[in-house]
Amino acid sequence: MLSNGSRRLILAHFWLAFAAFLLALVLGEWQMYIRSPLHDWISNPELYYRAVTAHGSAMAYVFPLLVAMGFGYAIAELALKQPLIGLRWAWASFGLVVLGTVTAMAPVSMGLASVLYTFYPPMIGNAFFYIGIVLVVVGSWIWVALMGINLNAWKKAHSGEPVPLPMFANVAGAYLWAWTSVGAAMEILFQILPVALGFKSTIDAGLARVFFSWTLHAIVYFWLMPTYIAFYVLVPRAIGGRLYSDAMARISFVLFLVFSMPIGMHHLFQDPQVGSGMKFMHAVFTAMVSVPTLLTIFTICASVEIAGRLRGGKGALGWIAALPWKNPMMLAVAFSFVMLGFGGAGGLINMSYQLDFVIHNTQWVTGHFHLIFGGAIVIMYFAIAYDLWPHLTGRALESVRLMRAQLWLWFIGMLVVTFPWHFVGILGMPRRMAYFDYSHPALAPQAIYVTVTFVGGLLLVASAVLFILVLVRGHLANRITLPEFRFSTPVHATTRVPVALNSFALWIALMIGLTVVNYGFPIAQLMALPQTSVPAVPSVVK
Amino acid sequence: MGIVALLVGMMAYMSLHWASMPPSRIETIDPATLHIAGEFVEANLGSGVEPNGSVTVRVVGNRYSFTPQCLLVPTDTPVTFRATSADVVHGFNIAKTNVNVMLVPGYIATFKTKFKEPADLEMPCHEFCGVGHATMWAHVKVVDKAEFEKQAGGKRRVSCVK
Ligand code: HEM
Ligand SMILES: [Cu+2]
Ligand SMILES: [Cu+2]
Repeated sequence: MLSNGSRRLILAHFWLAFAAFLLALVLGEWQMYIRSPLHDWISNPELYYRAVTAHGSAMAYVFPLLVAMGFGYAIAELALKQPLIGLRWAWASFGLVVLGTVTAMAPVSMGLASVLYTFYPPMIGNAFFYIGIVLVVVGSWIWVALMGINLNAWKKAHSGEPVPLPMFANVAGAYLWAWTSVGAAMEILFQILPVALGFKSTIDAGLARVFFSWTLHAIVYFWLMPTYIAFYVLVPRAIGGRLYSDAMARISFVLFLVFSMPIGMHHLFQDPQVGSGMKFMHAVFTAMVSVPTLLTIFTICASVEIAGRLRGGKGALGWIAALPWKNPMMLAVAFSFVMLGFGGAGGLINMSYQLDFVIHNTQWVTGHFHLIFGGAIVIMYFAIAYDLWPHLTGRALESVRLMRAQLWLWFIGMLVVTFPWHFVGILGMPRRMAYFDYSHPALAPQAIYVTVTFVGGLLLVASAVLFILVLVRGHLANRITLPEFRFSTPVHATTRVPVALNSFALWIALMIGLTVVNYGFPIAQLMALPQTSVPAVPSVVK
Repeated sequence: MGIVALLVGMMAYMSLHWASMPPSRIETIDPATLHIAGEFVEANLGSGVEPNGSVTVRVVGNRYSFTPQCLLVPTDTPVTFRATSADVVHGFNIAKTNVNVMLVPGYIATFKTKFKEPADLEMPCHEFCGVGHATMWAHVKVVDKAEFEKQAGGKRRVSCVK
């Protein structure tokens, strides 16, 4: 049972997350309209880049971070069955995230920092944009510390017992984030801010890209943490099954911890400042990080099959028909897996060093991550909210038909949005363009696909509005006496776990060790090179 | 514990791997003096035939155009792009080919390829470089090897800029 204090805290995180999400989604759809053939020319493209900066920063940083934090607090109290330690610090952390978001978005909305969420130097925007990001990150680090503190307090009181799986996974995600965010934090603190504040006028643009890649790839695994946690600890229970293997889950989470960091340089395959040996190493590790995802798909499919059989499904496929298809969680996980499957196929193409040359920085890439992140990952954020909502409001969440409609709309909308988006990428349509000259014979054939994507976006906006509606109705429904919140139980009760899968010291050492090896060398090499700093270029011409 | 052994083994392998393999050369250049001296002065941009018969194409990206804006390249010939940026990060891809390069100011990017058949291709900037990013498109004209030799004959550098 969640205490009243925690409920308010978690609701604050979720509502801010979903408000940012809705606003950013509308901006995304506006961007698609502006660059589609439906709109003829944007007289001031700077407005478009303000929107993309806001859309990207909200969707990539603020929204997933707040979902992970809110879900993390819920897990800490529900899984450990002890009151949340550090409620005040948690509010302070939330306050920093809010303050940081406002600080960053003020200059963006004024057009003073249209540098996009990747803010590649030597282009430099208003200092407050970067200060805001730092505040958000510092706020999130308080959350990381709180997750660790809550876990350790529990361990003291329950020495020798296995840490409940939801908390184990949650803390793995928190530590992953802490280390992931260090790359961008170093870039901002040591390279960008001295320039943005006017103390320096030159900057090493290549080194900045290396630091940023440290964050840029692993952040994807942070986005999917809440989704994977939900796969393991919510889905089997919600659909009436069992978790196939508790150990497999733990192994997946520690593998993410170790392998998601040292591979970020696959974003720099085309860059001149990284040697080819390094690129090869990062490509190899990129292949390793698919292991935990394959483990997860296997374990969850097995768990879902158990649910089907427990419900009386027989034969090779009969269990599929026996699944509770009317249950929103069931729908969400099925849709998520289908999108993950399509996305995975596309991911293999990104990964291979050779094929990457055809699609790097084309619209293929944006289509790809909208499918994985906006599709497979975010659809589970909805499911998490639906699952937790009654425990946060103390009221029934009854609009099950609306929930199903919302999930269907999101699924279909996402496919309609991303399939043509991938396709124009293969045709060579570049990223980050405010408009395209569709009258040009080379671009004319692409026009219709962008229009289709725009139409798919309308479905997504409708779905998001439904989502908010369901949650609001949840606040207005009748109070109910809540059953105790339960997480999934494994097929075999977890009585003992090897030390390695019950603590993090070893994995954190490996995570840091591998990052230092894989990044230390290229960073040292660039720092040792003479005259690599170039004049900074203000994003606004004064 | 098998996993741990595997990880440690891989770390050892990686260290040895690097010790035995020199990093590929990273070339730097000062964007402030690009246009004054060195290989990226304006007269040296475009396609040139090397003594061994291959072709080198030198390109500079700046807000918001490439120099030259139209690249002339032959079919069935090894082509090496050497490119850099005069200001912020740019990049380019050539539609329907595997050519895809990031231009980071301060560094020289190289990319080797071969073009199969004559074509008129688009070469957009594919990294956000400022409000004018969407206007930054160059063109590539792939011509028959013989035709290229005719046009390049005797000249130090050629392009298809009119
Ligand atoms: C949950 C849903 C979504 C998420 C998480 C998301 C996330 C992102 C992120 C992180 C970026 C990168 C920004 C950048 O490249 O600087 C982006 C770009 C973009 N998004 Fe979304 N987005 C979502 C939904 C949408 C929708 C529904 C549309 C419209 C159909 C849309 C349109 C765009 C456009 C046009 C870009 C710029 C792409 C480019 O040219 O590089 N997004 N989105
Ligand atoms: Cu450019
Ligand atoms: Cu550009």
